[in-house]
Amino acid sequence: MEGSFGSEFGGAAGAGGGKLDPGLIMEQVKVQIAVANAQELLQRMTNKCFRKCIGKPGSALDNSEQKCIAMCMDRYMDAWNTVSRAYNSRLQRERANM
Amino acid sequence: MDSSSSVAGLGSVDPQLQHFIEVETQKQRFQQLVHQMTELCWEKCMDKPGPKLDSRAETCFVNCVERFIDTSQFILNRLEQTQKSRPAFSESLSD
Repeated sequence: MEGSFGSEFGGAAGAGGGKLDPGLIMEQVKVQIAVANAQELLQRMTNKCFRKCIGKPGSALDNSEQKCIAMCMDRYMDAWNTVSRAYNSRLQRERANM
Repeated sequence: MDSSSSVAGLGSVDPQLQHFIEVETQKQRFQQLVHQMTELCWEKCMDKPGPKLDSRAETCFVNCVERFIDTSQFILNRLEQTQKSRPAFSESLSD
């Protein structure tokens, strides 16, 4: 695990003097994680809302389909946050019981 | 710990960096499971997306998360028991 991180970021981060700058690496990792999470959400949201809102694909996204997609996106975010909160409180409860 | 011999190829590992990676890995596992459960529970709990998430759907999502984790723990426990009582199975599993 550490090895792969080291070799992946070593090239960019160590360019200065052969020594890795931990601060720089942490920043890069954080950005990459944020990008990966956004992509993950985007991909799943697109799949779900396509399924819900596009019955028979027509020659264009019509008005009602666009409205449905917009609503679906908002509800998907609500659902994501609800799930995140529920999972977090479950973890908290289990930690308290240990 | 002797830092010179900690990890081959990396030289000394910054303890701060190591801690950072542990924390981020943990956070990432959490997020990944949230993505997965949101997708699963969406199928079970969502009809037509309305102007807001109604309380019935919200309750369904919370229950869905709880039962998903229960299911995962149940399966883990049962596999453990099966392995204890049927060692032959455990050998084929561990390969």
